[in-house]
Amino acid sequence: MDPIHIEKVQTELERYLNKDVYVHLETTNGAYASHNDENAYNVGAFIRNAKVRYNHAKIVGSGNVYRVGLKLDIGWVYAEGLSEYEVDDQNRLLMAGHDREGRLMVTLEISETPFHY
Amino acid sequence: MEKHVVVIYPHPDDEAFGASGTIAKFRSEGVPVTYLCGTLGEMGRNMGNPTFANRETLPEFRKKELINACNVLDIELEMLGYRDKTLEFESKAEVAEHLKGFLDEIKPSLVITHYPGYAVHPDHNALGAAAIEAVKRMGEADRPTIWAQAFSRTHLEELGEPDVAVDISPFFKKKMETILAHQSQASGILGGMDPATADLEAIAKERLGAERFYTWKF
Repeated sequence: MDPIHIEKVQTELERYLNKDVYVHLETTNGAYASHNDENAYNVGAFIRNAKVRYNHAKIVGSGNVYRVGLKLDIGWVYAEGLSEYEVDDQNRLLMAGHDREGRLMVTLEISETPFHY
Repeated sequence: MEKHVVVIYPHPDDEAFGASGTIAKFRSEGVPVTYLCGTLGEMGRNMGNPTFANRETLPEFRKKELINACNVLDIELEMLGYRDKTLEFESKAEVAEHLKGFLDEIKPSLVITHYPGYAVHPDHNALGAAAIEAVKRMGEADRPTIWAQAFSRTHLEELGEPDVAVDISPFFKKKMETILAHQSQASGILGGMDPATADLEAIAKERLGAERFYTWKF
């Protein structure tokens, strides 16, 4: 993945406007957070292959960390902490944020075909 | 001497961190070992350091790493095809029957798995419980011994000292080689350090020097 280039990602997001797309959205601090630190909580959520259609999309941020919002007819898809992106060999838009050790903290991925289960 | 050992853990690398010294010891005695690996660790956070995988490519990397690790240990591998993080939501009875199919076939004398409730990751606890259920469903005469591995913060005070302690010092190099076969995971789990500069072996020796298990009592 490469550091997010805001104009390029904005263009990529708009590629999917008003189309049925599959989304993988995830955030996690790992299954060992409270094991490694008694005062920490394990927090995580993911949704894989949610089928949505968005009519408006924007990437916003400064420095090297970004937020993405996708506006649906009756709701939103939102991710914060994204810093890297790639369009993969299947033409899917993958965006993610990692901690200093390279561990994934958040990811938002958009595809016109379902992600492999 | 054991006849055949079956290791049942959910993630590629659980075998490396948890039992590779023990596995290497069995292999050095000529005992066949089969690893039933529950998932491909699809939802792992470690993407290599520096990162080289992403959420979509991670399973392919981890599958290759798992195969390499099993080659290092010279053991048989069966990939069970569950999805990382979801094992606790599957039907325990169905997973147990799935595992029992392998056990009926292999007829192991020993099964190594996680101690349900004391193995931190929900997948560990769920697959450990299903493994024990699978053995329970076998006829008493056919049941292998179970070594259950616990490492939650409270396991010693609640379970007491493990009754099985395997001296893995003669096999430590093999254990390191197995851990390092899991290239995307090794440095992240061994302390989030730069593998080029960190002394991973010293870290691993301190943290992973002993492999200890509880013999399961039905």
